[in-house]
Amino acid sequence: MKAKAMRFLKLLGNRLLGILRAIAGFIMKLWRHPKGRVGLIVVTLLVVCAIFAPLIAPYDPYDVTQRAAKGLSPSWSHLLGTTITTGQDIFSMLIYGTRVSLIVGLVTGISIAFLGAIMGVIAGYVGGAADTAIMRTVDVMLVIPTLPLTIVLTNLFGKSYLMIIFIFVLFGWTGLARVIRSLVLVLKNANYVRAAELAGASRGHIMFRHILPGVSHLLIMNTALTCAGVMIAEAGLSFLGLGDPTAISWGKMLAEAQGGGALLFGHWWWIIAPGIGIFLAVFSFMRIGLVMEEILNPRMKQSSSIYKIFKNLNNTYMEEVFASMDENAKLGLTLKAGEES
Amino acid sequence: MANDKTREPIMVLENLSVDFPVKGALPFQKRKLIQAVTDVSLTIASGETFGIVGESGCGKSTIANAMVGMVKPTGGKVIFKGKDLFSLPREEFKELRRDMQMIFQDPFSSLNPRFNVYQIISEPMFIRGGSTPDEMKARVIELLKLVGLSEKDLYRHPSDFSGGQRQRIGIARAIILNPDFLICDEPVSALDVSVHAQILNLLMELQEQLKMTYVFISHNLAVVKNLCDQMIVMYLGKVMESGATKAIYANPLHPYTNALLTAVLDIDIDNQRERVLLEGDIPSPIDPPKGCRFYQRCPFAMAGCKHVAAPLVEVEPNHFVSCHKINGFPADSDSAENRTPLRADDGQV
Repeated sequence: MKAKAMRFLKLLGNRLLGILRAIAGFIMKLWRHPKGRVGLIVVTLLVVCAIFAPLIAPYDPYDVTQRAAKGLSPSWSHLLGTTITTGQDIFSMLIYGTRVSLIVGLVTGISIAFLGAIMGVIAGYVGGAADTAIMRTVDVMLVIPTLPLTIVLTNLFGKSYLMIIFIFVLFGWTGLARVIRSLVLVLKNANYVRAAELAGASRGHIMFRHILPGVSHLLIMNTALTCAGVMIAEAGLSFLGLGDPTAISWGKMLAEAQGGGALLFGHWWWIIAPGIGIFLAVFSFMRIGLVMEEILNPRMKQSSSIYKIFKNLNNTYMEEVFASMDENAKLGLTLKAGEES
Repeated sequence: MANDKTREPIMVLENLSVDFPVKGALPFQKRKLIQAVTDVSLTIASGETFGIVGESGCGKSTIANAMVGMVKPTGGKVIFKGKDLFSLPREEFKELRRDMQMIFQDPFSSLNPRFNVYQIISEPMFIRGGSTPDEMKARVIELLKLVGLSEKDLYRHPSDFSGGQRQRIGIARAIILNPDFLICDEPVSALDVSVHAQILNLLMELQEQLKMTYVFISHNLAVVKNLCDQMIVMYLGKVMESGATKAIYANPLHPYTNALLTAVLDIDIDNQRERVLLEGDIPSPIDPPKGCRFYQRCPFAMAGCKHVAAPLVEVEPNHFVSCHKINGFPADSDSAENRTPLRADDGQV
């Protein structure tokens, strides 16, 4: 009994180690890719901001009692000034806003990956009635307009980020499930799966040893891209006032800036700051997702248009250099020829 | 290559039929059936090599899949070691099926690209359970040496190997549980011609060492001629000719077998047969002809071949043919009208 437990623990440990190693491998691949490195650095910065927000932020962003400090312009004591309405430190709010974005983005992204993978694999591998049921559900989910539903649900059950995450996950897994299903349909007819079946493999064995690893790259990529999408959506919902009214988020900061007269008084930093926050978060996750796609699907590898322009510029420049070199060479030759003759 | 009649049968197919339903294009349209395999009976003796020959789409692979229980037959029985595979309880079925393994045609899709060689080869052992990692590793190394790879390859991935080497890995995986019955589904057709002989020799050596029974599915007639003791020739899901390989090659009776054999170029120029060229392609197995399946392409087809089914008849000991031209029509349909040739008798259509 004890030996069995030990063996199970060892297996579990090995499995966990394997997952960690896979993640480390992915990070190393991202790091080696110039675009991926940018995304990785920005995401790391954001995560550090979110975790150590109380240490980084110079003021308490929730402190609305600083009557004297209302509407200050950026200075060394208030890097991004203070709000006009309540005198909160905008830089501190920006740092704290990272938390909401990252938590909503990551929790939603990972939950969608789990749900989408489970549904997609069941639909593809088990097939039959399960497949029909899941795919018809997906079809229905895809045509439900999410925004009005979100407004209704948040008003019914209270405005909280949990509600927003729940709604995002509820409607977000459908697309992923479709993609996973089609990949599973290909994988389950692979000859190595048939060989395993011949050896008496159970469905669980085939799912966990052959099919899930086969779709894992899609899952990781999709998680990064969903995170980016969800962050934008969360900012939009917060801006509309559907987020948790007590939390500080970038979307809500934008709404406050608009309501507090930032444009009227020309306090552009109040609007730009959360905008840059949203941009950085979405940009970095998008970058990571796209680079992963490129790494995993080498056929897609192509230089971006900006890179091409630079390359062309370089080429014309180099051609000029070569041409002048040629001319010099010719001159040199003719000179030499002249000397000789 | 021994042809010992006294050996007990290891695999028997009794009137095996496999149909696949095809959905009609319109709702309420009658469902059509693809008759992949129709009424095939054969007996494979323990220790022999059994060849299945035919064009693509004639049901060779379906027979293989039915033998290993991956496809449920719509009719007939698959009897392995005296037990009807499809009436066994699930656990017993799995247990019995461990004695059968398969070597796949395409060595590129039959190995999981994410696994290393050790994981690939040891997988059947891992699934069966009850072995420690050390035992599995020792066994894998033993097998690697047996199939002509080295211990160094243990942790490499399939992408590091050539087609021939991959096929060796596939063979090692197939024999790790000591099966008695190995189905080789065109094991060399995806490989370079230069490695054909190596892989075939390896298979023959393994058969001698491990006393396995082989089913060899191929459209390469030279391979079948050299390796197989018994063979069947299939066309559109039915057996056209069956018997000892030597007898069939020496005296091909069925027009289809004849066409197949003469299509192979012989290196010996004096030994050329007159080539029989078949017109057209193999017809669709949806709604196959009622009579002889081959009549549409047969140079000797008669009016009766269209609607009178041709049974397999033993023309000489251990040599069966299904052809009205050889066997004559059954008494009840033997008329001059049925015997009128469909085509000009020079063999050209």
